[in-house]
Parts: sequence; structure tokens; C-alpha cells
Amino acid sequence: MPLEYTTISQISGPLIMVEQVREVHFDELVEVETQTGEIRRGRVLEAQEGRALVQLFEGTAGLDVSRSKVRFLGRVLEIPVSRDMLGRIFDGAGRPIDGGPRIVPEKRLDISGSPINPYARAYPSEFIQTGISAIDCMNPLVRGQKLPIFSGAGLPHAAMAAQIARQATVLGSEEPFAVVFGAMGITFEEADYFMSDFRRTGALDRAVLFVNLANDPVIERIATPRMALTVAEYLAFELGMHVLVILTDMTNYAEALREVSAARKEVPGRRGYPGYMYTDLATMYERAGRIKGKKGSITQIPILTMPEDDKTHPIPDLTGYITEGQIILSRDLHKKGIYPPVNVSISLSRLKDKGIGKGKTREDHADVLNQLSDAYDRGKEARELAVVLGEAALTPTDRLFLKFADEFERRFIKQGPNENRPIEKTLDIGWELMAMLPRAELKRLSDRNIEKYMPKRQVAADDWS
Amino acid sequence: MARDTGIIGKIVRVSGPLVVASGMSGARMFDVVRVGEKRVIGEIIELRGDTASVQVYEETSGIGPGEPVVSTGVPLSVELGPGLISSIFDGIQRPLNVIQSIAGDYVTRGIDVPGLDRERKWHFVPAVKPGDTVASGDVLGTVQETPLVVHKIMVPPGIDHATVAEIKEGDFTVEEIVAVLHAGGQKKLLTMMQRWPVRVPRPVREKLPPEEQLVTGQRVIDAFFPIAKGGTACVPGPFGSGKTVIQHQLAKWSDAQIIVFVGCGERGNEMTDVLLEFPELTDPRSGRPLMERTVLVANTSNMPVAAREASIYTGITLAEYFRDMGYSVALMADSTSRWAEALREISGRLEEMPGEEGYPAYLGSRLAEFYERAGRVVALGSDRSEGALSVIGAVSPPGGDLSEPVTQATLRIVKVFWGLDDRLAARKHFPAINWLTSYSLYTDRLDSYFRKALGNDFPEMRDEAMAILQQEAELQEIVRLVGVDALGGRDRMILETAKSIREDFLYQSAFHDVDTYCSQTKMYGILEVILMRHHRAMEAIEAGADLEPILEDPVKEKIARARVTPEEEWPKLHDEIVAAIRSGFSAKTRAVS
Repeated sequence: MPLEYTTISQISGPLIMVEQVREVHFDELVEVETQTGEIRRGRVLEAQEGRALVQLFEGTAGLDVSRSKVRFLGRVLEIPVSRDMLGRIFDGAGRPIDGGPRIVPEKRLDISGSPINPYARAYPSEFIQTGISAIDCMNPLVRGQKLPIFSGAGLPHAAMAAQIARQATVLGSEEPFAVVFGAMGITFEEADYFMSDFRRTGALDRAVLFVNLANDPVIERIATPRMALTVAEYLAFELGMHVLVILTDMTNYAEALREVSAARKEVPGRRGYPGYMYTDLATMYERAGRIKGKKGSITQIPILTMPEDDKTHPIPDLTGYITEGQIILSRDLHKKGIYPPVNVSISLSRLKDKGIGKGKTREDHADVLNQLSDAYDRGKEARELAVVLGEAALTPTDRLFLKFADEFERRFIKQGPNENRPIEKTLDIGWELMAMLPRAELKRLSDRNIEKYMPKRQVAADDWS
Repeated sequence: MARDTGIIGKIVRVSGPLVVASGMSGARMFDVVRVGEKRVIGEIIELRGDTASVQVYEETSGIGPGEPVVSTGVPLSVELGPGLISSIFDGIQRPLNVIQSIAGDYVTRGIDVPGLDRERKWHFVPAVKPGDTVASGDVLGTVQETPLVVHKIMVPPGIDHATVAEIKEGDFTVEEIVAVLHAGGQKKLLTMMQRWPVRVPRPVREKLPPEEQLVTGQRVIDAFFPIAKGGTACVPGPFGSGKTVIQHQLAKWSDAQIIVFVGCGERGNEMTDVLLEFPELTDPRSGRPLMERTVLVANTSNMPVAAREASIYTGITLAEYFRDMGYSVALMADSTSRWAEALREISGRLEEMPGEEGYPAYLGSRLAEFYERAGRVVALGSDRSEGALSVIGAVSPPGGDLSEPVTQATLRIVKVFWGLDDRLAARKHFPAINWLTSYSLYTDRLDSYFRKALGNDFPEMRDEAMAILQQEAELQEIVRLVGVDALGGRDRMILETAKSIREDFLYQSAFHDVDTYCSQTKMYGILEVILMRHHRAMEAIEAGADLEPILEDPVKEKIARARVTPEEEWPKLHDEIVAAIRSGFSAKTRAVS
């Protein structure tokens, strides 16, 4: 039985200072028993001779200085893991909340994990079909990638994430992904949306959910994504599964981090976020990947809402520097009624080149991607010009591109939340759209591909309306 | 470096990567210490009385007050000798492949592995014979380390005058004695390995101003914003603007003999990419795999933050060592912002008074010290061989805002600025180097070199192309307001040529087999024909020709193909284009007149 201390000298925000302690270690797990007998957990943020600064995950409300008992457990925060966790729902601290039985652990793992040796990594290269054209064709996702969704308040990122979780498969293998879902500070309604969607589609059987709601303890959010990722690592690298990890909302996570930093009176970085936020986020995002000689993989889709839709805000900014691309949602498209409202011009998948082409998707994929993106950008330029000068001032070619941009949004990007478009279908739609442009303008397409895939009947622009 | 000094302190405080220990009297600044029962590696960064602050290069969780801190009495050093090339090290020169064989797929703590392989034997060929007089920097002998690299075994710094007593050819490990010197009545036993503290620049005989170009095979860099061998450059840009691709391109194609690539706080998969790709790619000059001239230092963003701080020093010390052999070395550091953040984190935990945005006040001077280790030098050896160390640092400014402290401190030091532009990247123009804001202070210095190496008129061609781009920027303002039709023929031709410069010359695909590397000759040729077309067209317009046929002349398709035309077919295409411009345009001019 570890020693019990009743020597709390200070409680401030989520932090407590414990005096006259012996044998404390940095990062050690701490239990605090309140005078009502409730047990709360925390970890040592700073170990000094004779005193320890402890951060409590469940907050400090109701704690008193003289009667609370503090125990140092001599181990770091661990999570029991087991195959039986699939199909279960946990709270943000890893306790079952679905009324099911306790988990009989096969192992207990440190939630912080360890960095994967870069030498041991296998490069991600297997294309994941999400059934969403804006992702599959324009910003392809591959197994082992970390590709965040940068969203904004009120945009349908939840529907998109649920759709990806439902539909994601690797071509040729058809084995579904196991889904690990970590929710930080989202509302009950949003959490319920995911849970009932997973239940309805049967995805729950192959999912593990960690849910920290908006009214759950804020500091717990620092542990929630790490628990989710630890379970994901267990499923992927010990049980050989392909795991899709969805973390939402990273903005709430970052705010919890800021709260702890402020309580410690640390020198703040930009907008009050701690200077080490980059490293802190990296220790989570970098847990995605594949390992040489291991069957499983971890693919991460973190979701964050950009304050004021500003991608230079520290949270999206630091995330973008770590992740392998980003899917950016656009309020304009959303207002036009286009779902999913992906702004393909500024979205990016850094690993796309390794995952597409012959034998992976289709030989014409790269051509189609480049040409569509080129033509769409040109169409958007024409659209801007038309706003200033009027459509009549456009050259006939520019008018065609403008038309193309509209159709591209309406027929290619837009699709149903339950529509699972195979990649061939996506590429074929792309070819149909390109057929409305003059042949001479399609510089990114090779003659061979045009010969093989371009619809034979040149569709006149008027046929579309 | 495991020799213990008997200085054993006791931990009094642990806070993340910072450990404070008391009872450390006698310890020196920047000495390496072993922390805790697990003996993890750290470095003393502050001394107050007998209390030492230690930055720890490994995870500190589970370490607590009361545990011992043992000083090794030596500063953080790297091992220099055969076996560096083709290796991948972490921030404190532990080989990651060895760590994997010991610890498995994850980097765990307290792993003690030497930087150089102790088992492997290298064939040593002496370059001097007994009785010869040698001094620091003189080459004792050579080892063919890879087919591309002859590793020169040098007399370590600090020996002014010595006589070779024994030296022999044969196969040795890095710990076996290859030579015995007599220096001032003392016997010096030399192995092929030396140690050097990473925070101390290696000595040179003399520093020289740079005067030769580091050819990178990237048109926008080589033509517009060149870097000299021994020069410094920085690449700032927001995420997604292609910093890492540029760094990789330079590591692949620049004509340095040795490349040191430091992945400092960046993505794990990027290092994997380099590890997989470099052995496959061949050096355009030697035809050998690029890995045979490359050393990698990888401290990814999730690896301990203090080792990130050390990683760029480890990298540059390795680079200086090869420079001392007389090689032209290029070091890429991706990204120096992560290094600065590591510095900031440690500084914050030391409770130092912060400067701008929380960075320590000494950020600028530390950066300057680092970049100043670049340069063209005369090495110590008595053969006065010349080496060069070029340093190219990526900077990741938050939100792409160049006014932030790391970018600004860097710009005060480096001579070349390749500013990456978000808008260009969004328009898929790569490399997204903004031609209006970027600069190179080596341009003037290198002009005489350009005239010799490329063509006597190259500097004028470059200036003209720049002027056209500048005019384009101004004209576009007008177009945005009143439409392109409001412009006259001359102005529209300027827009046309600027577009051609952008799309056919500045744009370069890193992922296209041919376009990824462009020779100097081809670079010159493309710019030449673009300008030739421009001149001819302008003459025709002056003479009253219609603009439309000029704009539609099929020669522009040919120029557009130049980029992706293989080097060996280029001369033919070049002649075709020149002929087409001469005949086609003059025919039109005549038709009108």
C-alpha cells in the first residue's frame, strides 16, 4: 500500500501542490481521495525534493486542502487493453459507460506510448477508398497516413467523419477497418450522432469509442486521445488490424492544454498556447503509421474546428506542420448546399503520389487529379473575374471553364452522405466533366489516357444545364 | 564517453526534459551526465553554486528526486571516422538501425550505443610513411568508405608537429591503432576515429569568401537565386508550400560531394521516405546511388525535445569533418524552427526571462553561431586543401508570417532567401519560391562565374527575365481592374512571355523523372529561347504585326515541352525551336509589312 499524504498546500485550477513527499517520480500516476471517498486521478507534472506538482484529470472541484488524501502509485497512467474492447464505449478516462461488463485486460499499456523508430517505419502506400470523390480522387488517403479535417463551427465535419468511418476500405482487400474514436469535449448531441450512426450501420462492432463530453472534466481531455491511440496501437501492431483513428475535436484538446499551461504560469506562446504545443501534438499525430514487418496500420483523421475559419490560428497551423496534408472545409461551398464542402484547391494529401496509379487505383488517376485541379482553379479565377467585370467580358474559353467549375462542384464534389462512390466511378465523372473543355486546354492529360478514357461523344457545354 | 569523473549529484527537481541536481560541484558547463537509475543521457546547461540544470535527451518519466546524476566530464561529442556515410543517426549520434536491433520498433530509453560500428573492418591505405613529418589535418591515409567517398584519415586537431613512427596498411576497426606518432617526446597512438565536441566549430586554417556556385539542378534557384558553395540559405514557408520537397531536391541533386540531412523535429514518414528513396536514386554526375554520399540525422517531432536541440550541432559537426577532408559538403536542416522551439521550451523551464514570443533572448546569437560554421575554407592540413560547407535551413514560420522571431533572426544572417508563397502553392506552382520577394546576395559575386560557366550574356538574360516578371506583376494590377483587352500589344506580349517564364522555366516538377533535375546547359537554353521568342515577337509588334498569330504560333508548344525533354534530346529540340522562331516570326513580320 503506497503512503498516503494529507499535505496538499495549494490548489489552483487543475493543479495541486503536495508537500513533504518522498519518492515521487516525474509523470507518475496519482490518486486523490476526497473527503467523500471519491477517487480522482492525476499525474506528476513536476517532481521536486519534498514536493510534487500534480495535475488532476477530473478537476479539483470539491477538493479541500486538509482532508484529501494523496497517493503516488509508482507507475505512469496506463490503460488496460484487450480485444474485447471492440464494440465498447468508454468515457474520457477509459471507464466503460455502455453498461457492459468490465474489461478483463490482456495487457496494461502506458498511454504516452514511445516514438516509432524512423528506421522501423514502412512508408504508407496503400490507397484507402473512402467513397468520397473529393478525397479519393483529389486528396487520396493512404494506410498509415495522418490527414486532418480542418473544419469550422457549423460545418458538417461530423457527417464526413462518420461517412469515412463507415465506408473506408482498401481496394483489393475489402477487409474493413477497425475504428477507434476519441471524442474530446464534444456535445452530447454530436457524440450521440456518432454512436447511433455506428450502431445503425453495424460499425460499432468493430469500433472502440472514448467519449469525453463538453461537460466532462476538461483536463481529462489531455488523456483521452492518448488512450484512444494506445488502444489503436495495440489493435494494429499486436493484433494486426488496420485501424482508423478519428479524433474530434482537437481544438478542445489544445484548449485543455492551454488551461494547464496557464495554471502553471508558463510563458505563453502565440495566442496563449504553450510553446511546447507543437511537440505535444506531434507525440499524438506521429503515432500514426506502419511498421516494417507488422501487418496492421494506424491511419489518423483528427478533426479540428478552426477559430474564425482561420488556418493560420496556432491549432490548425501547428497541426498542418505535423500531419501529412489537410482536408479543408469551405463555408462558401457549404452555403451553396454542397456536401462534402471540401475546398480541393487548398486541401492537400502529401502522400498521394505513393498511393495512386496503376495497380493501386487506375493509371489515369494522376492525370485526372492534376487536370481537374488545374481546370477548377482556372474556372474559379474566371468566376472572380466575372464578378468584377460581368460574365460578358469573359472570353469564350473562360466561360467554358466557369461552367466547368460550377459543374465540378455540383456533380463531382457533391455527393450524398450515404453515397459510396468507387474510385472508378469518381474518375469517370472526372472524365465526363473534362469532356466539356476544349481538347487543346487539357495539357495535363496524356494522349494515351485521353484515347482510352475520354467519353467519345464530346458533350457540349449546353447539354449540362 | 562513459568514463565517470566521480562527480555524483542528487536530483532535486524533474520537470519534463529539465532535471536539476545538487552536489554537482566540479562539473563543467555542457558536460554530459547520466541521469537517474536508468542512466539516461543529459547535458549540463546551467550551473549555480553546486546545483546543475541538465537538459535530458531522453524521456524523463519515472525519474524522481533523490536519484543520482553522474558527470562524465566530457562535453557532448560525436565520433568521426569511417562508417558515417549511409548511416541514419538520432540527434545524439546513436545509429537508429542499431537501436532497432536492440530495442525493437520503438525508441526506448537508456540505450547506450556508439556512433560508429566497432566490429566492422575498413581497409586503410597509408598516405605517409614512417619518418614523415605531419601536423593537425594532414592526411595519414585513406579508406574507400563507399564507391563515391574516399574517407581521409586525418591527424586530429591539436598536434602541431609530429613524426610518423609507425603506420601500416591493412584492415582495421575504428578502435585499432593504425599509426603511431612522436610529438614532443610523447607517443601518440592514433586510430581511425576521432571525437569532437558538437558545440565547438572544428578549426580551419583560413576562411575564404565563396566564389563558386552550388549547382542544384533547380532552375529557379540556379538561375535567379543561386547559392554559393560555402554559402548559407534559408527556405521559410507555411505548411504545404513545399519546404521539405525543396530540401529533398537539394539533397538529391546539388553538386556537393557529401550531403548531411538533418531532420529536426519533422515527420517520421519523411525520414522513411529519404531512407527508401535515396538508395534508389542515382547521382546524375557519378551514376551511383545517392545514399553513398549521404549522412542522415533524424530527430522526429515526437522524439525527445532536448535531443532535437542537439541534432543540428551533431549534423554540422559531421559536415565540418568532411569539409576538413577537402570536400564540398551541403547540410540541410529541416526545420530550424523546431530547433528554436526546443530552445524555447528548455529556456522556459529554466525560468529565463523571455525575449520575443517566448523565445530566449539569445536565439539570434545561437542561430548566427550555427550558420557561421558554414563557409569555404582552407583546411588545417599542410596541403592546404580547400573544402566548403553550405548550409540550407528550412524555417517554419507560424501561420506563414515572416515577421516572427526565428525567420527574422535567420534573415539577418543568411545570404539567400527563398521565400515560399502559399498562393503559388495553391496554384500548384512548384517550387513555390516567390520570384518577387526572394533574393540571393551571391548573384553579383557569382556573375563572373556564370559568364564563364554558362554564357557571357547570362547575367543580362536573368535580369531581363526578372524585369519581365516584375512588369507582369504591375500589369496584372491593371488587368484586374479593367480586363486584359485594355492592354496594348506590347504589354500583352509581356504578359505572354512572363507566363512562359513562369510555366516553362520556373515551374519544375520534383516528381517528373526528367524535370526533377535540369542541367546548367538546358537551363540556359530554355531561358534563351523564351527570351528569343520575346524579342522576335516584340520586333514584329513594333513593325505592326498582329498579336494573335504570334500568340498562337505553335513554337510555344515546343518551348513548353522543353522542361520534360531528356537532356540528350534537348540540343535537337533547342535547334528546332530556334529555327522555328527565326523562320516563323520573320515570315509573319514580312507578311504584314
